[in-house]
Amino acid sequence: MSALPTSLSTHSPLRWAVSDVMTIARRNLLALARTPVAIVFIVIQPIMFVVLFRYVFGGVINVPGHSYVNYLLPGILVQSTIFGSVGTAIGLSEDLQKGLIERFRALPMARLAVLAGRTVSDLFRNVLIIVIITGVGYLVGFRPTGSVVSYIQACLLMLLFAYCLSWGFAYVGLSAPNSEAAQAMTFPLIFPLVFASAIFVPVASMPSWLQPFAIHQPISQTATAVRGLMLGTPHGHSTWIALAWAVGAVLVLAPLAVNKYRKVA
Amino acid sequence: MSDYAVEALNIVRTFSDGQVRALNDVTLHVPTGQVFGLLGPNGSGKTTMVRILSTILSPTGGNALVAGYDVVKQPNQVRKHIGLAGQNATVDESLTGFENLRMIGLLNHLNKAYVLARSRELLENFGLSDAANRVTKTYSGGMRRRLDLAAALVANPPILFLDEPTTGLDPQSRQELWAIIERLVEGGTTVLLTTQYLDEADRLARQLVVLDHGKIIAEGTSAELKAQMGATVLALTFTSTDAASRAAPLVKDLSHQPANLEGSVLEMTVDNGPAVTAEALRRIDAAGIELSGLALREPSLDDVFLSLTGHKVEEDESAQPALAGRRARRGANA
Repeated sequence: MSALPTSLSTHSPLRWAVSDVMTIARRNLLALARTPVAIVFIVIQPIMFVVLFRYVFGGVINVPGHSYVNYLLPGILVQSTIFGSVGTAIGLSEDLQKGLIERFRALPMARLAVLAGRTVSDLFRNVLIIVIITGVGYLVGFRPTGSVVSYIQACLLMLLFAYCLSWGFAYVGLSAPNSEAAQAMTFPLIFPLVFASAIFVPVASMPSWLQPFAIHQPISQTATAVRGLMLGTPHGHSTWIALAWAVGAVLVLAPLAVNKYRKVA
Repeated sequence: MSDYAVEALNIVRTFSDGQVRALNDVTLHVPTGQVFGLLGPNGSGKTTMVRILSTILSPTGGNALVAGYDVVKQPNQVRKHIGLAGQNATVDESLTGFENLRMIGLLNHLNKAYVLARSRELLENFGLSDAANRVTKTYSGGMRRRLDLAAALVANPPILFLDEPTTGLDPQSRQELWAIIERLVEGGTTVLLTTQYLDEADRLARQLVVLDHGKIIAEGTSAELKAQMGATVLALTFTSTDAASRAAPLVKDLSHQPANLEGSVLEMTVDNGPAVTAEALRRIDAAGIELSGLALREPSLDDVFLSLTGHKVEEDESAQPALAGRRARRGANA
C-alpha cells in the first residue's frame, strides 16, 4: 500500500524507552490541554481550601512565629500536589477502561512507558498546579520570607514527593474497576495522612496520642520541610526525612505498579 | 519460516483459577497472504484467541508462532510484525485522527518523517483527510473503525488481527471496511478476522474455523461449511403451533438436517430452495394445513450453529467473565 520504506531506525533500548515515555506523556498533556475545564476542576478544590482556612477557620488558628496565611500556603501546596498525583490513578483507569492499554500492549514499545509516561505528565500538571496556587496564595496575602532558591527547592521537593506517590496511585488505577472507583479508593488512603498532619495546623495543637503519628508521617515531614524552605525558618532534618520517604516509597510502589501492569489484561 | 503466518497449537486458556475454559485445545494454521476467519458467537473464545496471538494475554497451555516468533518467548518480535484493531483496542478520543496515528507510529519506533508521511497517506486512503485534525470524540462509528484500522497499519505489519471489525456498524460502513480489508490482502497482508456474521466470513475469508465454547466445531472453506449444512433456509409460518407440528413430519425428508420447530415457525436448511419449497407447499396443501407465511433466506450464524451443534447460539456472556467484565465496563462508559 505504501511506497515509502518502513525505515525502522536503530537506537538503544534505553533511548527507545525514553522516547516511548515522552510520546505517552505528550499524549496525556495534549489531552489535558484540550480540556482546560479539567485544570479548573483540579485547582478549584485547593483554592476553596485556601479560602476556607484563610478566612473561615484561620481566625481561631494560632501559629507561633508566622502569620497564618504564610503557615497555610506551603501546606496547601503540598496537599494540592498530592491530590494532583491522584490523577495518575484516574488517568490510568480511564485508559484501561477505554481499551487503550490493550492497544499499547500489542505494540513493540517499552513496557514501562505507559506508567512512566502517565506519571511524568502528572508531574508536569503538578508544576502547573503549584504555579496557580502560588498565584492564588499571593492574592490572599501569602508572602514567603525565604530565598528564591529555597522556594524552588521546596517546589522540587514536593514535586518529587508527589511523583513518587503517583506510582502508588498507578497501582490503584490499575486495580480499580473504573475511574470513579479509582478516585474513591484513593480517598481513604490519603485523607488521614493529609488531615492528621502539619499541613493546616501545628501538630502541637493535636491530642497527645495523635502527635507521634502526625509528626513523623511522610506528608507532615514534607509539609514541614516545604514550609521551612519557603519561609526560611529552621525545619530540622525534615527535608532529608521527606526525601528518604519519597525514595523509599517509589522503590516499593513502582515495582508493585509495574507488576500489576503486567498482570492486568 | 513456514508457509503459515500464524500457527497456534493446542491453545488452552482458563480464567478464574481454571474454573472457566475460554479456549480448549484450539489449533489454527493461518496461511500467509489471505483472510482467515474465526467465526463464533459472543463468549466462544474468539477474542481470547486474538489477545493471545497479539501477546496481550498468555496462554495457559499450548504454544503459538506468529510470523515465526513464539508469542510467549519472543513477544517483542511478534509485536513488530502485527497490527491489532477491533472491539477491544481503541483509538484515543482526546487526540485528533492524525495525532492518534502519529502516536502509534512513534510507539512502533518508526522514524518521524516516515510516521508523518504514512499517517497522512493512511488518512487519505481511508477517507479521513478532512477529519484528520478533529478530535476522534467527534467521529462517527464508521470513521472510528477506519481510524482504528489505520492505526493498526501505520507500521505496515505483514499480519493483521481484526477483532470483530464491523460489529455495530451500519451496512455502508461495513461495505467500506470490507473493501479496505480486501485491498490489504491483495497487497499481501495476512488477516486473521473474528466475526459473528456469516456473511462477513463468507465475503472475506478463504478459510474458516467455527468456535463454540472455546472449541473448534468446524473448519474448512466457507463453501464447504455451507455445503455441510445446506445452502438456504426455508422458513414456514403456520396459523397455529398445532398446524406447525402436524406439518413438520410431512416435510421432514426434504432436508438432511433436523428441522427446527419453534412455536408456529418451522425452519429447515435445504439445498435447492425453489424446488424444495414447491414440494413442501404441495404436501402441506394436500394435508389441508394452512400457512400464514413463507420465506427463503441465506443461512445465518444461528443456522450454522444449529446444524453443527444441534443448539442455537446462546447469548452466554458468563462463559467468559474476564471479557464480559470488560464489555460491561466499556458499555457503562459509552
